[in-house]
Amino acid sequence: MSVAALRGWTSSHRSFREPSALPGFGITFGFAVSYLSLIVLLPLAVLLARAADLGLDGIWRVATTPRVLAALQVSFFISAAAALVNAVFGSIAAWVLVRYEFPGKRLLDAMIDLPFALPTAVAGIALAALYATNGWIGSLFAPWGIKIAFTPWGILIALIFIGLPFVVRTVQPVLQDLDREVEEASATLGASRAQTVFRVVLPALLPALLTGVALAFARAVGEYGSVIFIAGNMPFVSEIAPLLIVTKLEEFDYAGAAAIATVMLAISFLALLAINGLQAYSRRRLGHA
Amino acid sequence: MRDGVLTEGRPVRWTLLGLTLVFLALFLVLPLAAVFTEALRRGVGVFLEAFADPDTQAAIRLTLLVAAIAVPLNLVFGVSTAWAVAKFEFPGKSLLVTLIDLPFSVSPVVSGLVYVLLFGAKGLLGPLVDDWGFKIIFAVPGIVLATVFVTFPFIARELIPLMHEQGTAEEEAALTLGASGFRTFLTVTLPNVRWALLYGVLLCNARAMGEFGAVSVVSGHIRGLTNTMPLQVEILYNEYNFVGAFAVSTLLAGLALVTLGAKSLLEWRYGDGLARTRRH
Amino acid sequence: MAIAIRAEGLAKSFGGTVAVSGLDLAVEPGELLALLGPSGSGKTTFLRLVAGLESPTAGRILFGDEDATHLSVQDRRVGFVFQHYALFRHLTVAENIAYGLRVRPRRERPSDADIKRRVADLLDLVQLPGLDRRRPAQLSGGQRQRVALARALAVEPRVLLLDEPFGALDAKVRRDLRRWLREVHERTGHTTLFVTHDQEEALELADRVAIFDKGGVEQVGTPDDILDRPATPFVAGFVGEAVRVPVDAAGSWIRIGDHQVRTPGENAAGPAELFVRPGDLVPATDPATAIPARVIAVRRGGAARRAELLLTEGLPAVEIDLPAGHCARKGDVLPVSLATIRLFTSR
Repeated sequence: MSVAALRGWTSSHRSFREPSALPGFGITFGFAVSYLSLIVLLPLAVLLARAADLGLDGIWRVATTPRVLAALQVSFFISAAAALVNAVFGSIAAWVLVRYEFPGKRLLDAMIDLPFALPTAVAGIALAALYATNGWIGSLFAPWGIKIAFTPWGILIALIFIGLPFVVRTVQPVLQDLDREVEEASATLGASRAQTVFRVVLPALLPALLTGVALAFARAVGEYGSVIFIAGNMPFVSEIAPLLIVTKLEEFDYAGAAAIATVMLAISFLALLAINGLQAYSRRRLGHA
Repeated sequence: MRDGVLTEGRPVRWTLLGLTLVFLALFLVLPLAAVFTEALRRGVGVFLEAFADPDTQAAIRLTLLVAAIAVPLNLVFGVSTAWAVAKFEFPGKSLLVTLIDLPFSVSPVVSGLVYVLLFGAKGLLGPLVDDWGFKIIFAVPGIVLATVFVTFPFIARELIPLMHEQGTAEEEAALTLGASGFRTFLTVTLPNVRWALLYGVLLCNARAMGEFGAVSVVSGHIRGLTNTMPLQVEILYNEYNFVGAFAVSTLLAGLALVTLGAKSLLEWRYGDGLARTRRH
Repeated sequence: MAIAIRAEGLAKSFGGTVAVSGLDLAVEPGELLALLGPSGSGKTTFLRLVAGLESPTAGRILFGDEDATHLSVQDRRVGFVFQHYALFRHLTVAENIAYGLRVRPRRERPSDADIKRRVADLLDLVQLPGLDRRRPAQLSGGQRQRVALARALAVEPRVLLLDEPFGALDAKVRRDLRRWLREVHERTGHTTLFVTHDQEEALELADRVAIFDKGGVEQVGTPDDILDRPATPFVAGFVGEAVRVPVDAAGSWIRIGDHQVRTPGENAAGPAELFVRPGDLVPATDPATAIPARVIAVRRGGAARRAELLLTEGLPAVEIDLPAGHCARKGDVLPVSLATIRLFTSR
């Protein structure tokens, strides 16, 4: 390599980042990118390559077989329903935790993160035990002929559990930082408390709420551990898409597994896109994330 | 409440509080209580007996081993990524941050699947690995890889916002006072993020020990060899050994409670030492 | 021990934006030099270039006779005081001050007893004795600033650099610290550069002031030079609350709106700018040279009464300082004359 070319390379290399007196960018950045590529990007690329082998019509064919379609529908619709339930109760919980004082509040606040920390398999068997016809809660419904565990209702219960922290934890900080003077201003202008809440507070919370719902939804679509213990896993009724991937793998149908995984990745990608869009929107509109 | 203008009427308040308590009891408190009562349903003796099972003991050992490999790897990754991302400006930074979050939005089953596609018998590198007489899928290396993938973002996620918030002025001050780059990192940067780092490690560890979906796909469920604790829970449960399954679960639930307790303690004692905005 | 600092043709750009370009500046040994300019004029970037926190895109920096351009920040031995103090929040006051001594290689590191003594001396110097075990969070803003200075002085720097040292403090504390910094400078004798956007602070505190604009130095001089002999229209407009009035110049006369005023020197003919400060106008004693100005507002500021005047309709309003007892009221016509004429002809 000529000296001139070498110099050209070093100068363009130098201008890659803004200069700083702090050392260690090269090694930490290099390590971060290599590790990320090896552990995450390369394996995901292999999955996409597999799916590309099938082609769009191949993926379409797998995704539209009745059993796969049914599983995707179960995953999609119940995840959406769970996210909506969390939107309502998660917002109320965030409101209560931020605005009201009551004994045991700190403990309850800490408990919100339980679904993050509790292994999903443990959550699955615990929920199954609770909501089975002989369980603490299931036995309350059994006399009315309502079965929860081992039906789609069981899936809903598990997905509500899994998504619960997302809404609370995205709404809570925004609610905390909300300027109380705005509410006072609304009150001085003659608004009732309900008007203030619905016209002033909720619109400010909306981007965070939607972000939390999208996060909860994305997590629920992919959830496996907690669901399979409580779902009953009946094909066409209570079989979720991730379980079908596992089934395909057990049959060594790698192509089929890759096809379903690709569809699910596309769904999470869209959810992620929606989240980023929402955050950009809220930064623009409200001046904070 | 402090101020009449800024709160709701008493009936509304009580309704909201009641709804919250019922909802959280139904979905958080009762499941946790169920784990412990089911485990102790037939007495302390039967509960303790569950841990005498050699397969269960092997599962506990394997879980500890996997966490002991995965957590330090992600620790090194998390710290170096946070340094590069939080302290420097470069093009593509937000892309890098988005990619770090990627494992959060991938189904655990898919996280396992990608390694099967890569290293499995019919996978891309499978035959190659097989020729070397090395097993990744249905063996410990696969479990470690899947665990690393799933727990990959936790430490970086804790550190990046905090280190960004703290800026570079303190590091620059240390440099003007003659400290070397590494010395600056050790004596200025690290102490400033120690509590966030500790919490990140705890969370990463809890997830590493508790991961089910991804590990389940790559493990092959070989008793005594490739079963981690969550997989052992599944096997015992499917064999209708409920006490055994819930007994192992109490260990994992205990780990979760310790993690949550540590988090609350850290937030309470060292609130400024953790990033204000955090997302899981 | 005090050294001279010289910048030659210094330039720095970030991405596409130029922060400093073609900057030449000579700092004399032991002087206290203020870098004054509007925000974005490149003064902080220049300070960081001297410290080695940024590296220049072109040009040189000399510490005495030594070329320091490529010296690492650690090897430059500068004392840098950051705008927001940058104290190590996990260390006590004493540990903060001792930091620069403790990170030295073992051979050069003073003994623990020496470090302790040095910290105690510095705490005395910055008038914070007894606070050595506090943490930064337990100190007031002014106290933090003193600790930051003590920490910078501990390493016996060759030059002391302060970036808006009083920017984050309230007015009263600023005034106290200003006097105190002057004392510390006289006692320690370091070559000192400090960045400020407060002209009162710069003019009161510094031996000399360098006026920055658009990444370069417009003028360097004593406060008297800067105030009385501004070298460029920018300096004339930037210091001393001046109002820019467009005039027409010809020979030893200028025309301000409808009025003719005689100037001491000869001026090139054509449009020019007159810079009028409140002190430049006085109530007229000689009716022949008086400009009948209309009072459009009067307000009380400190010991004087300040009036806003229109010399001619359509021109910017100028200000005049009157004795507190003066009876001028809004709407009056006040005959004034120009005691000082600061004129820049546009070539």
